[in-house]
Amino acid sequence: MARQFTFRDIDWVLVSIVLIICGVGVVQIFSATIDTDFHSAWWRQILYVACGLLLMYMAMSVDYHSLTHYVPWLYIAAVAALGGTALLGNTVFGSKRWIQIPGIGMRLQVSEFVKLVIILLVARYLTDLKRDELEIREMLILSGLVVVPVGLVLMQPDMGTALTYLAVLVAGAFVAGLRWKYVAAIAVMAVFVVPVGWHLLKDYQKARLVSFMDPERDPQGTGYQLIQSQIAVGAGGMFGKGVTKGTQTQLRFLPVPHTDFIFSAFAEEWGFVGVAAVLSLYFVMIMRIVQNAQTAPDRAGMYICMGVAGLLLFTVLVNVGMVVGRMPVTGIPLPFMSAGGSSIWSNFLALGLVNNVRLRTFIN
Amino acid sequence: MIQPPVDHNYEQGLSDKPPIRDDTKFAQSKITIFQYTSVTIFLFLISGFWQLQVRNSQFYDERALQNSIKSVPIVAPRGRILDRDGRVIVDNHTSYSLLLARELLKDEHLTAIAQGLDLDYDDLLAKVQRFRRRPKYVPIPIKDELGPADLAFVDSHHDFFPELLVIKSQKRLYPRDGMMAHVIGYTGEISEDELDSPEFANLEPGAVIGKFGIERQYNNTLMGVDGQRQVVVDNLGQVREELKNKPAIPGKDLKLTIDLDLQVVAELAMNGRNGAVVALDPRTGEVLAMVSRPTFDPNKFAVRIKPKDWKEIMDNPDNPMLNRAIQAQLAPGSTFKPIMALAGLETGSMDDKWTVRCPGGATFYGRYYHCHLKGGHGTVALHKAIVDSCDVYFYTLGNKMGIDKISYYEDIVGYGKKTGIDLPNEMAGVAPSEKWKLRTQRQKWYAGDTISLSIGQGALAVTPIQLARAIGGLAMGGVWRQPHLVQGPDWKDDPVKWALAKQNVDDVVSGMCGVVNEDGATGVRARIPGLQVCGKTGTAQVASEDYVKAHDKNDPNLKDNAWFVGFAPGDAPEIVVVALFEHGAESKFAAPIVRDVIKAYFDKKARLTYLQQQKDQAANKLAGLEQELTPGPRPPAAAPAPSPEVSR
Repeated sequence: MARQFTFRDIDWVLVSIVLIICGVGVVQIFSATIDTDFHSAWWRQILYVACGLLLMYMAMSVDYHSLTHYVPWLYIAAVAALGGTALLGNTVFGSKRWIQIPGIGMRLQVSEFVKLVIILLVARYLTDLKRDELEIREMLILSGLVVVPVGLVLMQPDMGTALTYLAVLVAGAFVAGLRWKYVAAIAVMAVFVVPVGWHLLKDYQKARLVSFMDPERDPQGTGYQLIQSQIAVGAGGMFGKGVTKGTQTQLRFLPVPHTDFIFSAFAEEWGFVGVAAVLSLYFVMIMRIVQNAQTAPDRAGMYICMGVAGLLLFTVLVNVGMVVGRMPVTGIPLPFMSAGGSSIWSNFLALGLVNNVRLRTFIN
Repeated sequence: MIQPPVDHNYEQGLSDKPPIRDDTKFAQSKITIFQYTSVTIFLFLISGFWQLQVRNSQFYDERALQNSIKSVPIVAPRGRILDRDGRVIVDNHTSYSLLLARELLKDEHLTAIAQGLDLDYDDLLAKVQRFRRRPKYVPIPIKDELGPADLAFVDSHHDFFPELLVIKSQKRLYPRDGMMAHVIGYTGEISEDELDSPEFANLEPGAVIGKFGIERQYNNTLMGVDGQRQVVVDNLGQVREELKNKPAIPGKDLKLTIDLDLQVVAELAMNGRNGAVVALDPRTGEVLAMVSRPTFDPNKFAVRIKPKDWKEIMDNPDNPMLNRAIQAQLAPGSTFKPIMALAGLETGSMDDKWTVRCPGGATFYGRYYHCHLKGGHGTVALHKAIVDSCDVYFYTLGNKMGIDKISYYEDIVGYGKKTGIDLPNEMAGVAPSEKWKLRTQRQKWYAGDTISLSIGQGALAVTPIQLARAIGGLAMGGVWRQPHLVQGPDWKDDPVKWALAKQNVDDVVSGMCGVVNEDGATGVRARIPGLQVCGKTGTAQVASEDYVKAHDKNDPNLKDNAWFVGFAPGDAPEIVVVALFEHGAESKFAAPIVRDVIKAYFDKKARLTYLQQQKDQAANKLAGLEQELTPGPRPPAAAPAPSPEVSR
């Protein structure tokens, strides 16, 4: 089996789209942080993206079959890292998500990288079944495996990231052929679980959900972010206010306009035209990944690509949906746009996995 | 190229037991469903943007503007209040308050902030804790009336503690210890009711207006027109850019007729007593001094009074908010006798020769009426009746005149009517007449009512300002001026004039002169050597003698009210002063208050005259010297070099 791959075989369309999105992100980070304490975030973001490309390369160099092979170890390492975060992590904004990397003064969000382990875990488990349908017993085992890191992340507390793990699980289970009656059964169970889960939620999470249902109820508290985001988006109009000209962004009415709410800032300054263009890029990006899943040489490769596609589709839906007030505030960064090393790197690693699968297609 | 590790297990798995199925065909239909789901999700998202950015963009654009563009009022400074010589009575001072912006607050800063501003750390922490439940944008007020040291601290630590915000405001600064509180009044935040009134139609909630006294009466003069600044603010309310600036028009200064020199004397004289002092210039109606006691501290009202202070004032049984000078309606007692005498003379009911024998009391309509002097005054004519304040003389006179003539003269001197002084909520008092009794009590007038009325008792009730105006006008020979505190440009002088016979006025004034200047008379305590002070005492019962007997004899609230009204000089009055000493028991205690004020007036006049003379002399001397020094028709030799004497 030839183990060589050439740069020609990399999905350049996909990488180009992602780099364009990253470029838009850098411009928006620059615009949103000008004259603030975060004014250096834009060139840091460029550094992150550059490192991200390196990580992507590394992720595609190792055959994904070896990666799936080592899933048990990766899984144990991931759970241990999350546990370590709970013990040693830094508390920021009331949530323990970050671990300090000594020496370089950087913090890593462990849960972002655990996403990749979840993708590999789901791919490995479903591949090993080697059947065209997913039985309920196997579904429960797989869910049990996923629930452990989900629980650890929920305890941080970080509901948004925990939900992305479940998104990967759902995407995998769906592709693996979970029967509709089981889907229905899970839905019915969810109806019973939701009220119990409500009690387990933290107060701020409850407040976020309540204010999502009715933002005007508490216009200066939790609903504030949703309202300000909608105002920013609406004020952008068809063609936007122009870079560094959006009042909601520049006068800081918009919360965290360079991270979670970067798309509000972008929508204010670039308008509907810019939004449509960037959303199209995201759409093509996901379709491109799905195409790679279709052409994957085997099930493991397909599951990996579909896991990445499901993950990205879910994050875009939740983040952008939050920006337009159609989703509650969960605090997930927008892939490839929001400022922040952990998110950029984990997404480039995921991109590396997709390319990894693609390369093996041509190698064989 | 990086070589992936060889996966032996996997290779084995392939060769040993090939997978049952490892093709991806089975998933194609599901991947297609995933693609359609993606399309749906993106359409869902894009429709959200369409809704906000295309269909409702105008609505959100306006809301974004509302967020960032704020109209900040520039508060116009209120005009100062000055005395008649231009001395400042009420001024503004710039006051700084400190707020803690909770969006920027770092808990670890609190220790340093408390230390830097000399605040108690525990108090500060407790305050911050209390605000935990409130929305983040509500700032915490942590210190008022910042001193220079505090301001320097905030200024120099701006970069370290961005959570500290300084708010500047103009506060009214009133005299201390409640001096002139009733005259000046106070300002406060406009109320809901006031906002609805036409006078304040153009004001916004939160505006500060005059609420009481001169501040209320002349609010339009004192209050300027607020300016407006349109600014771009960020989410913390900090100004990023100025769009428009309409400057404020400051309020005008207000010059009162009050003379601070007299006012201070009157204030001091009333220390520790309840009552009022009013000093008028009877020639013009100008109020020279006005005091009401007990008083309150208007500084506590500046903008907003604390509930504790308000309760304290409201719970005081002596009602410190009552301006007794214009609102206390009390029986004038014997101070009514000069008016009775004038009415008797003018109506021809008697003349200065008419006598009454006073045995210490007299019986009218089956009831015995006491004279204040138990032994009686003997045979009394007009002059002695006023000097000794003989009650029997006036009972008899009143009985002879009848209620109609008395009420006619009550009306002339202005009893039962507001004087029209430029202060809010003046009281009219009560001037009894047949009609009045029928209207208010549905009873006919009894002849016995006239007897009490004749000595200023019964239903008759006057305010100190009414008494001052009445006696002042009498002393002026029948010209009653309207008392006023401000002689503005739109002041209209519209005196009540009554043609009184000069002889009659002189008879009454001579009696009042005797009250002060004749030995053994009732008002000797008001005497000032070298000045013809005239006056009249008054001791007015608060309750009937029977009532006092039935209750606690020593209750200070049942003690008689002491009045004294005085003016000087007798022949050409320049000042009339009324002192009311509530529950002062005897009128002789009120007389020294009047004397002090009158003395202060003439002392000041003498001082000013002397200074003027000195000035005139100096001016004359200077003019003479200048003439001497002017070269001209004189020969040059006649212009010597200035001698040392000249240069002095």
